[in-house]
Formats: sequence, structure tokens, C-alpha cells
Amino acid sequence: MTAALAVAPTTPRGGSPVRPAAGPALLAAIVAVNLLGFVVPVLNLLRLSFLKVEATGTLRETFDLSSWQAILTDGFYAGLLVDSVRTCALITGLTLVLSYPIALLIHRCRGTIRTLLLVLVVTPLLTSAVVRTYGWVALLYDQGLVNGMLMALGLSAPLRLMFNTVGVVIGLTEILMPYMILSLLAGFGRLDPRYEEAAMTLGASPWRTFLRVVLPLTLPGIALGCLLTFVLALSSFITPKLLGGGRVFLLATEIYDQAMVTLNWPLAAALSMVILAMFGLALVLYGRLVRRIG
Amino acid sequence: MDERKPPLGLILLALPLLAFLLAPVLITIPISFSADPYLSFPPSGWSLRWYRAAFTGGAVLDVFATSVALGLVVTALSLLIALPAAMALVRLRWGWVSAIESFLTAPLLLPAIVLGLAILIVFAPLGLLATFPGLVAAHLVVTLPYALRILSTALAGAPLAAEEAAATLGASPLRVFWRVTLPAIRPGLAAAAALCFLVSFDEVVISLFLTGPRLSTLPVWMFHHVENEADPLVAAVSVLLIALTLVIVLVVDRTAGLSRTFVK
Repeated sequence: MTAALAVAPTTPRGGSPVRPAAGPALLAAIVAVNLLGFVVPVLNLLRLSFLKVEATGTLRETFDLSSWQAILTDGFYAGLLVDSVRTCALITGLTLVLSYPIALLIHRCRGTIRTLLLVLVVTPLLTSAVVRTYGWVALLYDQGLVNGMLMALGLSAPLRLMFNTVGVVIGLTEILMPYMILSLLAGFGRLDPRYEEAAMTLGASPWRTFLRVVLPLTLPGIALGCLLTFVLALSSFITPKLLGGGRVFLLATEIYDQAMVTLNWPLAAALSMVILAMFGLALVLYGRLVRRIG
Repeated sequence: MDERKPPLGLILLALPLLAFLLAPVLITIPISFSADPYLSFPPSGWSLRWYRAAFTGGAVLDVFATSVALGLVVTALSLLIALPAAMALVRLRWGWVSAIESFLTAPLLLPAIVLGLAILIVFAPLGLLATFPGLVAAHLVVTLPYALRILSTALAGAPLAAEEAAATLGASPLRVFWRVTLPAIRPGLAAAAALCFLVSFDEVVISLFLTGPRLSTLPVWMFHHVENEADPLVAAVSVLLIALTLVIVLVVDRTAGLSRTFVK
């Protein structure tokens, strides 16, 4: 997008149909939606995290730190945080490993095959997370496709593949792969097959060529993809809820439960701020990494 | 020069991974034709009973109608609101255009679970929960950034010289917009409309906070259904949704180009 703006002609606006004075009027509606549906609600969420909730469920308008105290001192929330980060890091790593060959293949293909592969990647991306998670239920439950095949191969009892962390990791990895693939592709611009051919001609093995030529050139795409995947994993809710079956506790599912089941809005708000802080942290780490890669 | 074929090893490595990526979408197709009363694979027999159930059961049709109406209203409003904004951002070369743009696309950076909660808390005292206007407003928060991005790109690529020529020849600004600018960005408009509709139609996390027994959307209904019982009914509905998604992907590809829209 910024690239598209940068190439916009820079000649003076002689006959442009937009008069400068009209600018604020043209932007008024979108700014209003943004303020009322985004800025005000998020600031209000921050305020709410410092309110107190009564046993009756009503909110008291006093400055209160009990939600933050619970998060910082209660071992359950520390564990929740560590578990969330660990699970999401694992998902990010798996997603990278499984997406990289697909991205590389798409990068190498041209014409119809490239379009076809992109359709295969983008269609899951645009398919509802509920549909894809349902597909994983059908694949992973006790009488599902995967266990059916394992039992046919001689396994005596079905593996527990859902209602636990395993199911959440499998499902989220697959659901986040399209984002990773597209991020990798966006970062593959510098990769030219002629570099690889040069390395191979000079006697490098394919593995060495990959490690010394391909991988370094694609690091920016990897960094971007990992940032995006981690952040999306941390904030995803549908898949952990359905494949975790209420037995896997992650930040996002806890926010929903606190908000909609326990009706403790201040605690849900404080947990939301924790997610946002972790987003910020991930962004800072990404910025450092990108600067080091150059 | 780019005619080099990808190495065979890479193809052999990528194909099973593509199968993994598509597996959950593909498995819904055979299951949707199951004759069994519960989820089983492979089904013991084949039938269209779950498609019949989807079209005759009142619940699915109700939430489907809500989702379609919501998607159409949200799409129309998104284009009406984002197009003038994109005009202002692209055609007026203010110094802080990129800052305004970051501000306007910021809602996409926020996790839906946080945005949903934040909107719930503000909308509850306003009586907007489980109402159509409430859902429209919440969906606009996430569709507008997409519409703004696609339309800005389209406008930046539209020939400014033609607009200037039309204006020099005496066309009023409105006429220039209607006869020159709008035809030039038609593919962008189609892509923006397709994507806005899909984002609204598929939106589930924010809607979960804002729906109730009185008013629900198709994805929210599916979520609750899978939560309680994962029977083949959801598979039949899923197949219909996947077909719809495929149509929209093709529309985007034909109009704005898949590579240009999704690979920046």
C-alpha cells in the first residue's frame, strides 16, 4: 500500500476532482467509525481494567488494582501466560517449517500453476475458521479419519488428538499457514534461482546452497511471517475453544470466559491489555531482528 | 529467463504439505453427504439429508438470512464511507497521509477477541447488543480498513492525467469523478466489495460478543453448534460456504489479481 502511494504522481493537483477544503468532509465518516468503534472502546477497556467488580456483578467506579494484582500474583495467570507463549511459539515454529516449502514452490512457479497454487493457499485463508476447525474435529476425534487410519495400521486404541494441546497446536498450525506462506512470499523478492545455480555450479551441495544462499536471503520474510503467526496464534480464539474443548487454557479463551461466563469485565479487560502488551513486545523484538538482518 | 522449472524434490516436499493445508476443508465435502445421524468417517452411507436439513430447518435459514443481509449492508456502507476517504488520502497530498492511514487501518492490528470485548462493553449500555445496527457498526470497524486499502491502491493507479484533462475541458468535479475516476477503479471496487462481504460474512469472534438468542449470524450459530454437537449438518453448511468463498476468490483474482491483493 505504501508502495502504491509512493508511485502516485507528484504533479500539482491541477484538475483533480478533490478540493483540499473538502478533505475533512470526505474523511469525517471513516474517522467517526474509527473513533466510536475502536479508539473509544479500547480506551474504555483500559479504564475498565482499573475498576472493581462486586460479587453481584455490578461495577464500582473506584480506582482499583485487584484485577492487575490477580494477574501479577495469582500463579494461575502466570502459568496461563507462560503456557500461551510456549504454545504459540511452538505453533509459529511448526507453521514456518511446514509453510516454507510451499512458499518456495509458489515463488518458483509462473502463470497458471502459480495462480492455481495461490488459489489453494488463499481459499483456506478466506474460509471461516469455524469451518476449518470443524474439519479438524472430523479429522482428529476418536473415530475420525486420522485415528481410523492409525487403527487400520494396527493401533489398538485411538490417540487423544483433540480436547488437548495437541489438537490446538495441529489445528492452529494449519489455520495460520496461509498467513505464513503469504508473508514468506512477500519477503522472497530478493531470491533469484540464478544465485542457487551459481552456488551449485561452484560445487556447493543442495543442502549447503539452501543454508548459505537461500535461507539468508529469505530471513526478512521469515521474520515477518513469524511475527504475524505468533501474534495471530496468541489472539486466536475459535480454534483453541473448539479443539481445546475447555481443557486448554490460553489467554484468548480466558478473556472470553471471564467476559461472557464469569462476567468479570475488569479482569477480562486487564487480560486484554496483557495481550496488547505482548503484541507490542513481539513488534519490538521484530524491529530489532529486522535491523540486525539489515 | 524465468522458465526454470522448480526442482522435483521441492515439488515432492510441498505436495503433502499442501494436502495438510487443504485437509480440513476437503474432508467436509464427503461428510456433508453422510447418511449417518452423527459424525463418522468414512460415513456408512451417502445421502442429501444434511443439505435438506440445512434448507428446511428454520434455524440455519434464519441466521443465513441475517448474515447475508448484514454482509450486504456492511459492504455497501464500507464502499460509501471508504471511497471518499480514499479519494481524500490519495488525491490530496497532505504531509500526514501515512499517519492518517495507519490510524484508520489500526483496528486490523487489534486481536478480534480484544476488539469484540471492547465493543461489547461500549455497546451494552447503548442497547446495541443483539441488534442489527450494533452488528453493522462493529463489522464496519473491521471492513473499512480493507476497503480503504484496496480503494487507495486502485485510486493511486488510476490515471490522474485523464481526470485533469476532463476538468480542463470543463467537466465539473462530480462529473469527473463519475465519468473518469469511477470507471478507472471499477476492478478495485469489485475487489473491495467482495472482500468486505466476505470479512463481514465470516466474522465470528466480534459477533460472538454482540449476538444473542434474539439475533445471531451464521458463523456464530455454527460455532455454538460445533461446540455442542459436531454432526454432519455443519459439514453441509460448510460446503456451501466454501463454494461461496471460492466464487469470491475468483472474483478477486479476475478483478484485482490474487498476487496484487494478497502478496504485497
